Amino acid sequence: MTREEIYVKLNEVFQDVFDDEDITVNDATVAADVDGWDSLEHINLIVAVERCFGIKFTMGETTGLKNVGEMVDRIIAHLG
Amino acid sequence: MKQLEYPYDSDFILRKKKAIRRELLAREGIQYIDKKIAILGGSTTSDIKQILELFLLNYGIRPEFYESEYNQYYQDAVFGNPELDEFNPDLVFVHTTTRNIANFPKVTDSPEQIDALIEETMGRFEQIWKALADRYQCTVIQNNFEQPYFRLLGNSDFTNIHGRLNFINRLNDRFCNYAQAHQNFFINDINYVSAVYGIKKWADPGDWYRYKYALSVSAIPDFAFNLAHIIKAVYGRNKKAFALDMDNTLWGGIVGDDGPENIRIGHEDAESELYTEFQQYIKAHKDLGILLTVASKNDEENALAGLARPDSTLKKDDFLIIKANWDNKDINIANTAKEINIGADSFVFVDDNPVERALVENQIQGISVPEVGAPETYIDVIDSNGFFEVTGISEEDIKRSGMYKANMERAKASASFENYDEYLRSLEMTAEIKPFAPVYMARIAELTNKSNQFNLTTKRCSQADIEKFAADPKFITLYGRLEDKFGDNGVVAVTFGHEEDYGNDKFFHIDLWLMSCRVLKRGMEFAMMDELISQAKSKNITMIKGYYYPTAKNKMVKDFYELQGFEKIREMEDGTSEWLLDLSKPHKSGNVAIKVN
Repeated sequence: MTREEIYVKLNEVFQDVFDDEDITVNDATVAADVDGWDSLEHINLIVAVERCFGIKFTMGETTGLKNVGEMVDRIIAHLG
Repeated sequence: MKQLEYPYDSDFILRKKKAIRRELLAREGIQYIDKKIAILGGSTTSDIKQILELFLLNYGIRPEFYESEYNQYYQDAVFGNPELDEFNPDLVFVHTTTRNIANFPKVTDSPEQIDALIEETMGRFEQIWKALADRYQCTVIQNNFEQPYFRLLGNSDFTNIHGRLNFINRLNDRFCNYAQAHQNFFINDINYVSAVYGIKKWADPGDWYRYKYALSVSAIPDFAFNLAHIIKAVYGRNKKAFALDMDNTLWGGIVGDDGPENIRIGHEDAESELYTEFQQYIKAHKDLGILLTVASKNDEENALAGLARPDSTLKKDDFLIIKANWDNKDINIANTAKEINIGADSFVFVDDNPVERALVENQIQGISVPEVGAPETYIDVIDSNGFFEVTGISEEDIKRSGMYKANMERAKASASFENYDEYLRSLEMTAEIKPFAPVYMARIAELTNKSNQFNLTTKRCSQADIEKFAADPKFITLYGRLEDKFGDNGVVAVTFGHEEDYGNDKFFHIDLWLMSCRVLKRGMEFAMMDELISQAKSKNITMIKGYYYPTAKNKMVKDFYELQGFEKIREMEDGTSEWLLDLSKPHKSGNVAIKVN
């Protein structure tokens, strides 16, 4: 799956989790850019991303993510 | 909403929860009951609350939540807190898990030390439950403990007193004993739900250490669904009846085409055995008070021939009503509902044919039509939906089917009398009309939550409320139990209200007046009023005030107070009316045939 293809699916996940069809994210997006992205919703986001791509992040991976770009890097690494 | 019925897609629910919530709240014509639910958590509860809300809204229950601060379940329960006091919960859910067990046995502990540890752990929980019961007199739901995801002692973890599994099983046993001994206390059996989900997937240490969720976030829908079953059962939102298809639902094959000798039922082959197990499962519901009916496209003769097979577990007599004809099934179910006098929305319709399912689901609002799938999944799909979640098995339940049957016999008998009063007298009715008594509290609470039609104020009460009113000297409470020559109808009428001084008068306000529709037109409401008046007089009450609050379902009692000889004093635009009875004037009883007490 290319980075672009991942973003297509990832945007849908963001739109569902934050219930806003206008959300699009990119490598530089951080939590503060998305309305409602607090620590509790972060959990839902991670679970939804895992389920969407059929992967399971390790505990360490999900705590240190700086932006969406890093999340996509992890997804690519898991998809191998 | 289909997405919230089993088999549902947990990932979908978690991901779309906000959109689902919006959709639920946008539905029209839903008569919600509002309930205040306090969640006292020993771990994170945020998503548990949000997903639970979806399932409850789907059951017609609109929750308002109090959520304890993280891991403050013990403090909130035992020491209370002003915010929770002001919230005044209808129901408290204590969300603790195996993660909240402070001390497990060490391999070096003596049996006495382990016994002491059990008592210490139990003592802490009993302290919580007792404090909640004392402070809020409300329903309490408590998780039991899930099995651990590792076994230090291997298989001996089960048998050896030092094993965690052994310890948890002992605690669960004690929780069970407590629940058996206490009313208004229910166990949310996460030990079972986690086993179904997979104990190791459920535990997910990652979600525990990152988010302090004591169960995997992905398991929350299963958890919340199971919890919602108890809550909706407590508030009278269980289903009451089955409407069952026959061909390829109760047996394999089509009785009209194949002939009764060729349908698959009994023990001759795998398919027959499968259908037999399903019939046994259905039949077992009868003892729980669930009414069995048939809605089948068949000639009646063929349908009955299928049931007449000696190896058919279900017999003709197990069914209250059998509609086997060629009318559409939604019409048959609607007619059945009318004849039994329960709502069509309290049916669970079981049919192997998706076309029939879709028709019935579209035509009858609120009916449950599970996607039963292949015959080997029928039991799982019906059972996992918790339609008939049991919170207590009453005498009423066990007798219910027989009572409805007796009712239909009464209807036949009434046809042979020319004068209705004469018919009533022939029923040889005797009633017990008395203040709320402990043995009937559960039934009385159940009636306040289930009765919609013959219900003047539609006030919903928990058992704890009912007990509170019964104990309050400012209240008069009465239940009515009616027996006749066809059988015992059980408790069928309930009223209560409170007194208030008003100038020189002493007023009595009727807060609730309801009657089960199974005893309509028997004069029971008049016998009840006679008793209420006599009790009121003995308390020097001078005026009785009655209220009618219209709902979509209670038009039949619009003129209730007029028939009881009250005078209308006010009528609002929405149809609400207020009525007065002056006790200084003589009152003519409408009861002609019931012998009371």
